[in-house]
Amino acid sequence: MPEMTETRFAYGEALLELGSQRPEIAVLDADLYKSTRTVLFRDAFPERFIDVGISEADMVSTAAGMAATGLIPFCNSFAMFITSICYLPIRIQIAYPSLPVKLIGSSAGLTQGPDGASHQSLEDIALMRILPNMAVVSPADDVETRQATFAIADWPGPVYMRVGRYPVPRLFDDAYRFEMGKATTLRDGKDVTIFATGHMVYKVLEAAELLAQDRIEARVVNVSTIKPLDEAAVQKAASETGLLVSVEEHSVIGGLGSAVAECVSGIANTPPLLRLGVQDVFGESGLADELLEKHRLTPQLIAADVRRALG
Amino acid sequence: MTISPDKVAELQCKAAELRLNIVTMMGSDKVHHFGGSLSAADIVTALYFYKMRYDPHNPDWPERDRFLMSKGHSVPAQYAALAMLGVFPLEELATLKQLGSRLQGHPAMHLTPGLEGCTGALGEGLSYANGMALAARIRGLSYNVYCLLGDGELQEGQVWEAAMTSARHCLGNLVAIVDRNGLKAMDETKCGKLLDPLDERWTSFGWAAREIDGHDMAAICEALDWAGEQTQQPAVIIANTVKGKGVSFLEGQPQFHNAPLNGEQFTCALGEVENALATTEGK
Repeated sequence: MPEMTETRFAYGEALLELGSQRPEIAVLDADLYKSTRTVLFRDAFPERFIDVGISEADMVSTAAGMAATGLIPFCNSFAMFITSICYLPIRIQIAYPSLPVKLIGSSAGLTQGPDGASHQSLEDIALMRILPNMAVVSPADDVETRQATFAIADWPGPVYMRVGRYPVPRLFDDAYRFEMGKATTLRDGKDVTIFATGHMVYKVLEAAELLAQDRIEARVVNVSTIKPLDEAAVQKAASETGLLVSVEEHSVIGGLGSAVAECVSGIANTPPLLRLGVQDVFGESGLADELLEKHRLTPQLIAADVRRALG
Repeated sequence: MTISPDKVAELQCKAAELRLNIVTMMGSDKVHHFGGSLSAADIVTALYFYKMRYDPHNPDWPERDRFLMSKGHSVPAQYAALAMLGVFPLEELATLKQLGSRLQGHPAMHLTPGLEGCTGALGEGLSYANGMALAARIRGLSYNVYCLLGDGELQEGQVWEAAMTSARHCLGNLVAIVDRNGLKAMDETKCGKLLDPLDERWTSFGWAAREIDGHDMAAICEALDWAGEQTQQPAVIIANTVKGKGVSFLEGQPQFHNAPLNGEQFTCALGEVENALATTEGK
């Protein structure tokens, strides 16, 4: 069993390191700094850390004002809150003038678990993806999360990044280089391409192992930047494999699956696209693994759905 | 500090010129926010021509004082001030809200030189001003931040979240000004929510507060000087104003929040603001 870790931990450590290298990095939180792991930055750089209290919209607008005066603010809350309560200021004060505010949605997705629908962000990718100028990042493991944290600080505009509190194994070695807008093929195959993001990447790698036992060769593509989408990787898959599948811990409306669908919609003779994820319903309380099972996002159920689609 | 009568007269003249520019850029038969732009005219004049440390030749100067028009629909008053200062050409005012113009219906900082932020949806500006004020502290800069809010805007809850944040961080470099013209888009501000006693609300939130006549130029300047002396806490100036101030038939009329003037009304309005300018220039 490989060592498992939560991406939020890698983010907190990377943010601390980023802060020690760059004095223009400021961090804002809304009374969740232990959960979001900004506590490390808070303890090291209290003069650049603002906990606004339980007022996420106020936090995001404050960050916009800081960004307008030369700082690079990282705003933190649960993915559910930072993309919904704050939508208006994100849209007008950050995305519209393209200010370099970095919005970090923690405890993202269905795997938030027991707190239920009110806390499970299943629409956050959709909400952020539709905004002009906004980039959307969803790293798959601790190595990628660390690199993405540095990369989004360098990105000139606003970014929404999803991190989670669900243990995942390390997928990348130290030679890996995260690049904004670049998807990575983790396993090649000719029968089907499965696009996955975040925690679902390792589930899909395990699903691909199961499919291989049935002599189905699955290509697995890690889409860690959902916007700007790596259109070349999607188009290549559409021309080389007979079935496309997207897997995400998010609604099948508006997220990774929709981004892939939009990309291939203008291409002739596109293979069918199977969108796996939460099927337009709210979440509920339960253990993360129970919820993944219920929504058919375990390796066994992903493999079963792919097999069925291949006929 | 008492402001000299000559200085007050000079600023009154600027305010009259600013009102003339507002009415002229809006023109006839086009829907514009006449009321709120005119009620803010004296305050905006005092900020740009009296109080703020501002170099129009270098609007990106890091040490400049910042003015944020949180009641974004009144931005024509700010456009007029920036054009009068030469940040962009006066002739450009005529392009207000036209397709392709840098002068959008609500502030777009990435398009218009001299704007400090994007506003338009009410209620978000004070938080943004907090961010600029906090950034001064983090970056070791000494500028002040001025944020103009509408009294109707105070009905948005985020304003009060922001007010608590400003007080928590003792933002002595932040000054809020409430353009209290008493009217919203449809009705009087007192419809919908209770705001009184407004000064006590701010002081109970940890702010220093002062109430003035928002069209008395000497009082505005003195209040801005007083606000500058409040270095240990944020200060708010509640400026009692008249919506549509300077054009008699617009004054206090909620139907001119965002409405066109017909040709006859426009001629009349232009005549009034021209006369006001001639009168102040004569003094």
